[in-house]
Amino acid sequence: MNFINNITRVTSLLGIASLLLAYTTNVSHSGSNPNPQGVNKMKSGYHWATAPTREMQDDDFSNPAFLWVDIGSEQWTTKDGEAGKSCASCHSGVETMKGVAATYPKYSAEDGKLRAVQHQINNCRTQQMKAKPWKWESDNMLGVAALVKNQSKGMPIKVKVTGEAQPFYNKGKKSYMLRRGGLDMSCKNCHMDYTDTRIRANILSNGLGNGFPTYRLKWQKIGSLHRRFRGCNKNVRATPFKSGSDVYTNLELFLTAHAMGMEIETPSVRN
Amino acid sequence: MSYRLILGAIVGVAVFSSLLASSNAHDYIVVDDTIPVSLTGVPGDPVKGKKLSVNRKKGNCLACHAMPIPEQQFHGEVGPDLSGVGSRMTQAELRLRLVNSKALNPDTIMPAFHKVALNRVLKKFKGKTILGAQEIEDIIAYISTLKS
Ligand code: HEC
Ligand code: HEC
Repeated sequence: MNFINNITRVTSLLGIASLLLAYTTNVSHSGSNPNPQGVNKMKSGYHWATAPTREMQDDDFSNPAFLWVDIGSEQWTTKDGEAGKSCASCHSGVETMKGVAATYPKYSAEDGKLRAVQHQINNCRTQQMKAKPWKWESDNMLGVAALVKNQSKGMPIKVKVTGEAQPFYNKGKKSYMLRRGGLDMSCKNCHMDYTDTRIRANILSNGLGNGFPTYRLKWQKIGSLHRRFRGCNKNVRATPFKSGSDVYTNLELFLTAHAMGMEIETPSVRN
Repeated sequence: MSYRLILGAIVGVAVFSSLLASSNAHDYIVVDDTIPVSLTGVPGDPVKGKKLSVNRKKGNCLACHAMPIPEQQFHGEVGPDLSGVGSRMTQAELRLRLVNSKALNPDTIMPAFHKVALNRVLKKFKGKTILGAQEIEDIIAYISTLKS
């Protein structure tokens, strides 16, 4: 009987080997186009949102996320820190941010790793304004991040995944494929293998970040993409990583590259 | 025994059996695509099994499978409909499927319900299987009543 047991194990190892092969053929991205299947195969979470949720997002006056965009606008011109500066002191009007968020996360030579928009905001605060960094999930941070990303609304995502960004993209991809938690599931298991499929009351989307920060009805407030990652990790009974951590920022680049060319929707509304 | 360990080490999976020994997971023997012997020797209770299949903190089978439980809304579509599964599969086949579906399909999304997961498991769930041995037997007893 043990012999048979071992045969079963060897067979499943063969399975694992072919699985690894399948990953490299299906998901390996080459050159400057990390999305060879074409953008049209990937859809924004908006596609799966219910009609009332979409309506809420479509009208800036009914979209509750704009409460935070307004907080962001106020912060944009509020002086803080020892240098006595605000965002506007260096960047003038927020419309100068048009197109900027479409290129994030982005490699920073100064940090030797990726920066998400939030990292860049805190870098401006500590280096230029000599002010304290904001917490990732604070109203001010969410507000300014949503305001900056909103300036790129309707513009195509255009992140760099080659050159210095490549190792971080590769790490993000590996992390996306890795099974975690008591349920031992990867992001891929749900968002690639079973897109468009009902998992109890939810229909699985491509799990993209093009609408973040998003107002989530379940949260009753706006929240970051990294907060969403933490939620998906906890749902599979995995210990989440910290918001703003390298792991989540690399993961964010991988997701964003998947949505290459897709329009930015920030601030979106989701269930 | 030593044969098993040596072969296990060669193929690099010996770690699974040694970890099983230190947790609440019961040992079992796989024969072909089945686990022929009950994990506990105590017959499963189909009434408990039905409750465990619905319970989101236990089997939560409904998350992924449709089942003949009309009083529950929103059955999942990730896995096959389990109506009639009792006619398609024997208890021995169902047992391996529930204990460790990855032995049959390493790429499956279906959790291994009686195997200890190792990567970044939340503290609360560390070292524990999703379902206990008797809970597995209860669910088998229930789903094998689902005849077509
Ligand atoms: C057990 C299934 C499951 C796993 C595993 C999982 N997710 Fe999700 N995720 C969901 C569900 C359900 C939703 C809500 C519906 C939707 O948008 O897909 C969701 C939503 C999301 C969203 C929001 C999409 C939007 O448009 O609002 C993102 C981003 C996301 N997931 C990323 C991830 C990442 C990254 C991982 C791995 C760290 C992951 N998910 C793992 C089930 C899962
Ligand atoms: C996260 C998703 C998921 C959950 C939760 C899940 N399953 Fe599955 N199950 C699947 C998938 C997908 C398959 C298809 C085969 C495969 O992927 O291995 C499957 C296959 C099966 C089969 C084989 C059916 C057939 O006709 O071949 C049985 C039996 C089964 N599951 C029972 C259960 C039971 C009982 C539970 C709860 C204790 C459960 N599953 C929980 C996803 C799931």
